[in-house]
Amino acid sequence: MSNNEYLFAAYAATWIIHIVYLGTIVSRYSRLKREIEELKKPAVRS
Amino acid sequence: MKRAFPILGVLTAILLSYALYQALVGAPTEQTMGDVQRIFYYHVPSAWTAFILFFVNFGASVFYLTKRRPAADIVALVSAEVGVVFCTVVLVTGPIWARPVWGIWWTWDMRLTSTLVLWLIYVSYLFLRRFSSSGQTPTLAAALAVLGALCVPFVYFSIWFFRTQHPQPVMGGGGSIDPRMLHVLLINWLAFSCFAFLVCWSRYRLESLQREVDQAHALESLLGARGSAR
Repeated sequence: MSNNEYLFAAYAATWIIHIVYLGTIVSRYSRLKREIEELKKPAVRS
Repeated sequence: MKRAFPILGVLTAILLSYALYQALVGAPTEQTMGDVQRIFYYHVPSAWTAFILFFVNFGASVFYLTKRRPAADIVALVSAEVGVVFCTVVLVTGPIWARPVWGIWWTWDMRLTSTLVLWLIYVSYLFLRRFSSSGQTPTLAAALAVLGALCVPFVYFSIWFFRTQHPQPVMGGGGSIDPRMLHVLLINWLAFSCFAFLVCWSRYRLESLQREVDQAHALESLLGARGSAR
């Protein structure tokens, strides 16, 4: 591996880690939104 | 507040792009290591951001232990989680930088080992938060966080107290740095700090909402149980 490839690998790894973490936040948020919709359903029926 | 988040998000994205440009193009090339030294502009700010987040976790945990405010517990959880992400970046970029410069990916010297131990402490903190359902979990986690925070100054100053392969600290250490490199380093630190703040903010909102939903679920099941008892 050349020096530039190590540099690219380090920068890419940094952003992959951050993007994966942001992805988990987005997926948790979507799951929560579905839960809120489920909670609202019985209230609409009553 | 709702409008501030996207504005800050755009500003942070611009700052991160500018910091990336400065790190790759603007900063002078280091004479001995060459371009691979530019990993420094991601590695060091990530470490500083992680340390700050662990101190926020410490402050929030102490506040929670004394005042029992749920908001402090959420701040502690969020700062530990984002801090672990930044510490992971440090532990990944460090070996990638070490391989071409030292000829090895890893060595069990004091700085590297203590950073790994710090990361493991906060990962165990997050595991405790995730898998323990006891009502005492926030208190136990806060106590663990106080112990974990003691490790942070040890990691930072380990290169002063022990013979290590790791270079001296850029700030407050024996090393010197080109002012242009320092400028790029501080821009990257500012950019990553803004990014960390935004991530913590969105994670805080998510956690608060999650707790409200959990309370609503608990209330619903309680009302359901009472209804069926009648």
